[in-house]
Amino acid sequence: MTHDSRYDEATLASLKSDAEAIVARYPDRRSGLLPMLHLVQSVDGYVSRDGILFCAEFLGITPAEVSAVATFYTQYKRHPNGTYTVGVCTNTLCAIMGGDAIFDELSEHLGVGHDETTDDGAITLERVECNAACDYAPVMMVNWEFFDNQTPDSAKAVTDDLRAGKPVTPTRGAQHVCTFKQVSRVLAGFPDGLADEGGLAGAPTLAGLKLARENGWTAPAVPAAGAPEGESK
Amino acid sequence: MTTLTPVLTDTWDKERSWSLDTYLAAADGYTGLRKALTMPQGDIVAAVKDSGLRGRGGAGFPTGLKWSFLPPDDGKPRYLVVNADESEPGTCKDIPLIMASPHHLVEGVAITSVAINCHHAFIYVRGEVVHVYRRLLQAVQEAYDAGYLGKNVLGTGFDLEVTVHAGAGAYICGEETALLDSLEGLRGQPRLKPPFPAVEGLYARPTVVNNVESIASVPSIVRNGVDWFKSMGTERSTGMGLFSLSGHVTRPGQYEAPLGITLRELLDMAGGMREGHQIKFWTPGGSSTPMFSDKHLDIPLDYESVGAAKSMLGTRALQIFDETTCVVRATSRWMDFYAHESCGKCTPCREGTYWLKQVLRRIEDGGGVDADIDLMVDLCDNILGRAFCALGDGATSPVTSSIELFRDEYQAHIDNHGCPFDPVRSALFEYTPKAGALAGSAGGH
Repeated sequence: MTHDSRYDEATLASLKSDAEAIVARYPDRRSGLLPMLHLVQSVDGYVSRDGILFCAEFLGITPAEVSAVATFYTQYKRHPNGTYTVGVCTNTLCAIMGGDAIFDELSEHLGVGHDETTDDGAITLERVECNAACDYAPVMMVNWEFFDNQTPDSAKAVTDDLRAGKPVTPTRGAQHVCTFKQVSRVLAGFPDGLADEGGLAGAPTLAGLKLARENGWTAPAVPAAGAPEGESK
Repeated sequence: MTTLTPVLTDTWDKERSWSLDTYLAAADGYTGLRKALTMPQGDIVAAVKDSGLRGRGGAGFPTGLKWSFLPPDDGKPRYLVVNADESEPGTCKDIPLIMASPHHLVEGVAITSVAINCHHAFIYVRGEVVHVYRRLLQAVQEAYDAGYLGKNVLGTGFDLEVTVHAGAGAYICGEETALLDSLEGLRGQPRLKPPFPAVEGLYARPTVVNNVESIASVPSIVRNGVDWFKSMGTERSTGMGLFSLSGHVTRPGQYEAPLGITLRELLDMAGGMREGHQIKFWTPGGSSTPMFSDKHLDIPLDYESVGAAKSMLGTRALQIFDETTCVVRATSRWMDFYAHESCGKCTPCREGTYWLKQVLRRIEDGGGVDADIDLMVDLCDNILGRAFCALGDGATSPVTSSIELFRDEYQAHIDNHGCPFDPVRSALFEYTPKAGALAGSAGGH
């Protein structure tokens, strides 16, 4: 390891062992860089200088090459992130359905703008782009868990609870929102055992299926077993 | 009347719908894989070709044909990469699919890998959906433990590793060659084509890149047969697909229907527009597909019919806006997105989206001048067909289509030096806009 790394020995050993597990998933070690950057965030809470040097050394590439990647993707933070990233979707559909108002009110409520962190270090506020939950608009993400069908009041209540250290439950996701560092470790590919939490899908996800059940609509019957392919209709 | 055809969604209301146990019990899970393992590889490819399945990720390229473009097997690695980087504005089908029932996808990955003789497949999931990633990681582990993946799949001697990879926030990685670069640990920027991924893809080896829903549809085709699949949809747009309704409708959500259903039929199922309002404009397949208006409700939502109406079926991301919505604001916000997500590699897209964003903001903010509309049309002409990848082309769609349909509304912004719409009316709740600012302009981007 480079002589100027400020990781202590125990941290470095655990980073190395996790990084080995990451690169083992790929035929080419370099493919491990994205998950390794998530791993760095799980330790440092952002992509730190030490993290960049670690990745470079471990993969045998230059720190500039690591930085080039780290600065390309919006989930990699270039300064210490809050314990919770609160992202309000302000892409067109969510914005129009109320996302703009939610962002504006949250911004005022928290006293921070886009990509800024509250003084207590609890919350980094962001505008996020479409998060593939448009049928639940307006949508807010907290550490990449879904908070669906938000209003300015519901969003403010979530952030108040987060800052007060109370457990907060997403509309669809784990039982409680994990910290930024914990979630970053999952994104590095290390399961946290919470996959079974959160239960069934929300109403919009099931809207069509519910209607089909009510009306007895099904996909076409499957041709009788043994019928040669290409003959039954 | 067209009715819904739950196939992929059929397990979603079952208890622990995401578990292997539920998939086995409720969907004859992995019987498609068992069958595929007894078939000659060419027959699996032929079945998917004959089924007419077309890429569900937007482009609509025939899936089986894509597989058949792989060069003859030279005994060295060939890869399957599933594109689960769902980020096109309005598109919200793959993410709920994986969350509710990841095994449809995992079985599809296994069958496709058998068909193309791939021994290491990758699923690239966008990073901003941690619970989806958890469920997929768990499903893959369950499939390993049950012998559907790993060494010697179901005792047949076929080996298959599956790696689930999380991205880190970049729309461009949904472009298949940018996705491959990203998966190789690089910045996600598109590659020059040719060579296409089928010839030189991941690690410069032959690679098939398919969308989640395409791959998840494969088990049903293998299990139920080509004719079963073709009994849904139209002649050239076969099968079922997830239609995602969002916006000012009474019951937004996922509606799995045969291709060729119309928005009028879907809206009926979704309880119509929100009470007291009428439809104004909508996208058939995400923001990159030219928008439609109330004149287009009866266009069959299949690849050919939507194409003939000068748009694209895309991802069936039906974003629906009522008469309270300012089309200039909508387009302006989409352009913020494209400018933000442009990877910077090519000039037409990087510069064009930047300038379109400035002009749209100026019009929305009341500073537009008469020449601005033609200026935007001209800018779009200089992007469309000249950008390095489809992102630039897609960025022009909302601009040119909204000008075509609502030119008067742009002119009204210019003539009246501001937006004639009240943003509060299109929101789902009452609020008092912050004074002196464009809606949502606080904080910067």
